[in-house]
Amino acid sequence: MLRNPVEKLGDAGLYVLQDMGRMGLYLLLAFKGVFRRPFRMAEFMRQMHFIGVGSMMVIFCTAASTGMVLGLQGYYSLHKFGAEGMLGSAVSLTLIMELGPVLTAIMVAGRAGSAMCAELGIMRISEQIDALECMAIDPFRYLISPKFLAALVSVPLLTALFDVVGIAGGYLAGVHLMGVNPGSYLEGMRSSVTNHDIRLGVIKSFVFALLVVWICTGRGYFVYQIRGAGFGAQSVSRVTTQAVVYSSIAVLIFDYLLTAVLL
Amino acid sequence: MSEFAIEFKDVVKSFAKQDGGQQIILDRVSFTIPKGKTTVIAGGSGQGKSVTLKLILGLMAVDSGQIFVDGISVVGARGRELEQLRTQFGVLFQGAALFDSLTVFENVALPLRERTRKSEQEIHDQVAVILSQLELTGHEEKFPAQLSGGMRKRVGLARALQLNPQIMLFDEPTTGLDPVMTQDIYALFVKIQQEVGYTAVIVSHDIPRVFDLADQIVVLNNGKTAVFESVKALQESRLPHIVEFVEKTMGNPCQSRVGG
Ligand SMILES: Nc1ncnc2c1ncn2[C@@H]1O[C@H](COP(=O)(O)OP(=O)(O)OP(=O)(O)O)[C@@H](O)[C@H]1O
Ligand SMILES: [Mg+2]
Repeated sequence: MLRNPVEKLGDAGLYVLQDMGRMGLYLLLAFKGVFRRPFRMAEFMRQMHFIGVGSMMVIFCTAASTGMVLGLQGYYSLHKFGAEGMLGSAVSLTLIMELGPVLTAIMVAGRAGSAMCAELGIMRISEQIDALECMAIDPFRYLISPKFLAALVSVPLLTALFDVVGIAGGYLAGVHLMGVNPGSYLEGMRSSVTNHDIRLGVIKSFVFALLVVWICTGRGYFVYQIRGAGFGAQSVSRVTTQAVVYSSIAVLIFDYLLTAVLL
Repeated sequence: MSEFAIEFKDVVKSFAKQDGGQQIILDRVSFTIPKGKTTVIAGGSGQGKSVTLKLILGLMAVDSGQIFVDGISVVGARGRELEQLRTQFGVLFQGAALFDSLTVFENVALPLRERTRKSEQEIHDQVAVILSQLELTGHEEKFPAQLSGGMRKRVGLARALQLNPQIMLFDEPTTGLDPVMTQDIYALFVKIQQEVGYTAVIVSHDIPRVFDLADQIVVLNNGKTAVFESVKALQESRLPHIVEFVEKTMGNPCQSRVGG
């Protein structure tokens, strides 16, 4: 049956509104769950370990290569103007304000976000979440809020790690490979990075952490309600893909918005 | 307080079909489940037995009508209110719904750990008792994925029985179990019910054996329910679809074991 395009558009619009409403309510319940007793310390620690410690290697590698590329690339551009002395400033500002928070969030979405989404999706389709509710155990307090809290603590820490490793990578490439003066690299960084810049980076990493954990767990939790997801194992795989794509896009969009508002 | 544990009033439940139509599961259904008794819900596969249990628990929403648990409406209940309602239930899901990242012991201990203030030692002892009653001793440290279907069912059963609930909902408690085990489970139901005096709702295909336990039988068929006080009343019924149901499930003992 061919449907009127206007009708289709309206239908899609309504679905988007409904989805946003659902996710908004979900966020509220996840925050409420943080304050419900008893707090699940063990689960919180497990999630910290999974999101934080588990992602360290990935973050380390990404940060080292990003920093080194920035060092080379920055040297190449700045050399044209005879401004190699600015390399430290360029690398550190780019990392602290932009690449650190963004790339960390995207790596965490890919590594931990996808896993959290699949875990919740499987628990939903095998009625484990229903079973929790039937035992009058709040699934938010029990499952979801510890993930939120763990992400909000560990992603900013991972971002800090990213920044440090990235700056060191830039130093390695710029100073040791390209022969920039080490003093000017460090001094350029010290003189140009302000508290305001660092604050922007930290705010971004908190916001991105929230976006990633919210979208990823939410997609899994609502696996039945998501249009076109289908059923069973396939539905979980589809919402997991969706979770990673949506949270990465959200991170990029909010990166622009936050930069525009806060810079 | 109500004289009924559960009361359905003109409940309608339907699902949207892929082609845009409606599949009606319950069509203005009304019946009551008395307190402290055993009610068996019977009916063919796909007639809406599991859906009926989920409606009682508020896991699914009705299209219209009312459901009361001990006089309190489930329809429209939310948050704390719903949580309060659910504390009265022990539930065995059709697929057992065990937590697959927890061991057998942790699964059974979970309601005790989360909902009571018992010490680890007390929890340990209580879990050991129920596990031995269900012949699961020695499997405490296994994960659900390492169990057979029948074992999973029994672990689910152990978990459901933990908090001495007032109302037990069993969705096919004996499917996948051998006849001896089935008898043992039924004996356990009778024993626990005598001790605790809970209201039991059993969905089962194990006809006619499960009828021995029944104080009341609810037959679900094509969106309608028919309620019988006893097996005898069921067999004497002249309603055409009940006659057909009785013939199919109870007429021939051999057939009943294969079909069901
Ligand atoms: N979430 C759902 N979405 C759409 N249709 C559903 C859903 N759950 C159940 N149904 C439909 O409702 C009908 C009743 O399902 P239900 O699981 O209650 O059957 P049942 O009586 O428990 O059967 P069985 O004895 O095989 O377990 C089925 O036709 C099923 O397709
Ligand atoms: Mg069923």
